[in-house]
Amino acid sequence: MKEQRQHHPPSWAQRFIEWYCKPGLVEDLIGDLNEYFERNVQTIGPRRAKLIYVIDAFKFLRSYTVRKPILVNFFINRIMIGSYIKTSSRNLMRNKLFSSINIIGLAISMSVGLLLIAFVLDMRSYDRFNRNGKRIYRITNIATFKGEQGGKYATTSIKTGKLIREKIKGIEEVAIMRSNFSQDAQVGDNILPIKGFWAEPSLFRIFTFPMLEGNPATALKDPYSIVLTETAARKLFGSQDALGRMIRFDTLNYQVTGVMKDVPFFSHISFEALVSLSTAEQLNRNDKNFEEWTNMWSNFVYLLPSENADMASIRSQLNAIAKEENLAEKDTKIQLGLLPLYNIVVGENLRQSEGGPGSLGPHMSPVVLWILGGLAFIVILSACFNYTNLSIARAMRRLKEIGLRKAIGAGKSQVRQQFLVEAIMISMIALLLSFFLFLVLRPQLINLAPEMQRTVKLELTPAMVVSFIGFSVTVGVIAGFMPAIFFSKVSAINALRNVSSVKAFRHVTLRRALVVIQYTATLIFITTTAVGYVQYKNILSFDLGFDTENILNIYMEGNKPDVLLNELREMPQVTALSRSFIVTGVGNYWGGNMKYKDSHDSALVMTNHVDENYLPLHGYKLVAGGNFISRPATAEAVSEVIVNEQVLKRFNIGSGNPRKAIGEQIILNGRKLTIVGVMQDFHYGKIDNLIGPVAFTFWTQEDGAIINAKIQSDDMPATLARIESAWKKIDPVHPFNAEFYDKAIEDAYSEFSTMIKIIGFLSLLAISIASMGLFGMVVFTTETRLKEISIRKVMGASFGNLVYLLGRNFIVLLSISAFIALPVTYLFFENVVLTNFPYHTPVQVTELFAGLLAVLLIAIIMIGSQTMKAARSNPVEVLKSE
Amino acid sequence: MKGSNLGEFEELVLLTIAALMDEAYSVAICDELSRHTERSVKLGVVHAVLNRLEEKGLVKSQLGEATKTRGGKRKRFYELTMQGKEALIRAKSMRDQLWNMIPSLIWKNL
Repeated sequence: MKEQRQHHPPSWAQRFIEWYCKPGLVEDLIGDLNEYFERNVQTIGPRRAKLIYVIDAFKFLRSYTVRKPILVNFFINRIMIGSYIKTSSRNLMRNKLFSSINIIGLAISMSVGLLLIAFVLDMRSYDRFNRNGKRIYRITNIATFKGEQGGKYATTSIKTGKLIREKIKGIEEVAIMRSNFSQDAQVGDNILPIKGFWAEPSLFRIFTFPMLEGNPATALKDPYSIVLTETAARKLFGSQDALGRMIRFDTLNYQVTGVMKDVPFFSHISFEALVSLSTAEQLNRNDKNFEEWTNMWSNFVYLLPSENADMASIRSQLNAIAKEENLAEKDTKIQLGLLPLYNIVVGENLRQSEGGPGSLGPHMSPVVLWILGGLAFIVILSACFNYTNLSIARAMRRLKEIGLRKAIGAGKSQVRQQFLVEAIMISMIALLLSFFLFLVLRPQLINLAPEMQRTVKLELTPAMVVSFIGFSVTVGVIAGFMPAIFFSKVSAINALRNVSSVKAFRHVTLRRALVVIQYTATLIFITTTAVGYVQYKNILSFDLGFDTENILNIYMEGNKPDVLLNELREMPQVTALSRSFIVTGVGNYWGGNMKYKDSHDSALVMTNHVDENYLPLHGYKLVAGGNFISRPATAEAVSEVIVNEQVLKRFNIGSGNPRKAIGEQIILNGRKLTIVGVMQDFHYGKIDNLIGPVAFTFWTQEDGAIINAKIQSDDMPATLARIESAWKKIDPVHPFNAEFYDKAIEDAYSEFSTMIKIIGFLSLLAISIASMGLFGMVVFTTETRLKEISIRKVMGASFGNLVYLLGRNFIVLLSISAFIALPVTYLFFENVVLTNFPYHTPVQVTELFAGLLAVLLIAIIMIGSQTMKAARSNPVEVLKSE
Repeated sequence: MKGSNLGEFEELVLLTIAALMDEAYSVAICDELSRHTERSVKLGVVHAVLNRLEEKGLVKSQLGEATKTRGGKRKRFYELTMQGKEALIRAKSMRDQLWNMIPSLIWKNL
């Protein structure tokens, strides 16, 4: 008998039967199964007996055993919900402190959730305005160069578009769109830069871009026709009619053949004007490469398959085309893929060709969304933990109510419902509050980065409101889940007998675990912020190998720099001037192909074209040789090069001695150049790149120019204004585009600062939520132990003793969190994040512990204030009221 | 007509209930059937049949007293109703009639 007792049938299977079985049948059915189980334990052992039990539990799931869903139940519940809301709101009012901790905590964390939901919905609303959106695809090129994976490109060749139009069956429309049309439009005296694409008439049949004036079928047919958006037309022609007018770009006249509605904000392609693709064909008619299969760098091809088209067949036809075209190519192999329109903005990262068109529109990879979602989830979960903790801790006070409810016939499920309703109620109140927070935070998020402004609006839509409410209900359910389970298990007898406090405290471990999890997450957040911030500051102040202080880079926008140089020379605040082709160290690259003696051994080196003042102005250190000697006027005449040490190393020039390298000849982009100087290695790229070979050649008038002006001024704004007015005289069309070098470096790493801001914000929320939760717990513990404290005091416990007694547990919990959180953060940075930065400084102990110290300080202040309050209380007052 | 006819297994179950008298509950019925038919009778089948017989009104059932075995669950005891008894007698008499029609000569070689 004793042995039998030890084996019980699996309880979940029993509950499963109870759940599905008709109430009339359930008892003897389970009884029968139990009897069989007991018998099986004897004969074939407990393990197989359990298995058979489970199998039987499922076997009895038959039409005659399953209970019918009862409508009556539903009505009873509806009636009861009123009662639940009433008792819940009374309970809320009674415990103002705990209610406000719960509501504020949930509201703060939910505001993050709301922002994220709004953001995701905005990202997902991209391109949905297209009536045929579901059917539209973009061609993706998967290129392999010389057997090396080149990656997936959003662009393809013009030939692809034409071949698809000719050969593929089951396609309604194909449109080729070529980027980037960017020129200055001249109408009379009015000059404005216009940006857009070269496109085919079919684009209007694929995308829903309504035409206000002009015929969409023919507007983009003839060469030199242009379709303007409403805004662009108004900018160029004011209130006058734009249709049929001429616009001059450079030396060519274009006719306005249409005016269309502005491109919707949520479109992945945006432009001010479309120029007929036939124009591009005319302009490039001498370029044999223009329609090559491998010229896949700046054209987009959009497809609209016919309705009910067989996509598999279209795919195989695309593969056939690619196969045929690849036959003629030796080094480059291209596969064609289809990317649904709705997966362009939120989807896989695709490559854009270097130096080619910028990204067509905003893009967010789902991974980033998942990470952000995960972080927000942690913060929300933390607030839910507060709710769970405080509700269970204060269970004693509500046990009578539950006991009574159970005594008059409430079932487990009804008690569960009651507490879920209560939690949802609180989360709904929190939703109201968090909505206001959302309105406050929204502009902050949008202004966080310039890309944000271009990407999202976060405007309220019906879908958004519905998801907010759904989100709030979900949060309520998560928060109320544990208390609901806990309270539903309370037995009526115990609850009413008032000895139940013992039972309520059985969940101490659970509560402690929740506090530890909460604080671990908080500490990870805050130390990540601290470490990230320190690393970011290190990056900004990193010694790139040259000076960047007080250097203003002025972009010439196609103008010749000489006039402005003369103007600048006259300003006393400008102490030095130089010209360069690009700004290095901020993620700009310009490459060239270099060879030394061995004509088969070539390497990619990074280059810049600089004048003779560039090196001294930026303080480049030369290890051998000197500055440029000759001053060539044309790119043809350039004969000298200054290289860095990596070049010598790569080609083994001068066999380790830089001096010997002077006078050696190398071939850069097919031109023979003499090395006149060797620079110390410096950071040409961003500092997450390893230092590679770099070569500087002389800047000539044929290059685009950036003026580097070293400025010494006490009144920077005034100096900048002077420079800007000088610019205005030279180029009235383009806005003054200048940036301090240090600012450019900051911008180059702006994604880090955005990330740190976001994580910092989240850690601020996490820490305030966790602190509020801890505060609630401390208040509760001291309240319930007030009598104990008084008795101890009477017996002679000192003040210090009492504070130690009350605070000890919390400090232990915090220490456990710290022991988990700090190593995790440290390892995360050292092994995951910082491996991407070959030149990083190691994580220091100070920043690791700074966050911990802050959290501990807040916690100690809270614990201390409450325990001191309790310890100071007069035992007479406390003990006399019984 | 369909409702009043007994299937073979139904008849066996009814007979077992009658034979077990006061001890007729699902597991006992199952065991008894297994013993007599010398094949393993599944509880699920017995359960379903008992349920069907009760629906037809051939048996009635009530819950017994709770005991320590079976995890404290009560047994459901079955007994025949008048209709049940009639159905059994009808089935038996029908068979008897048929038996009587068979000349004894046939059994000679057995």
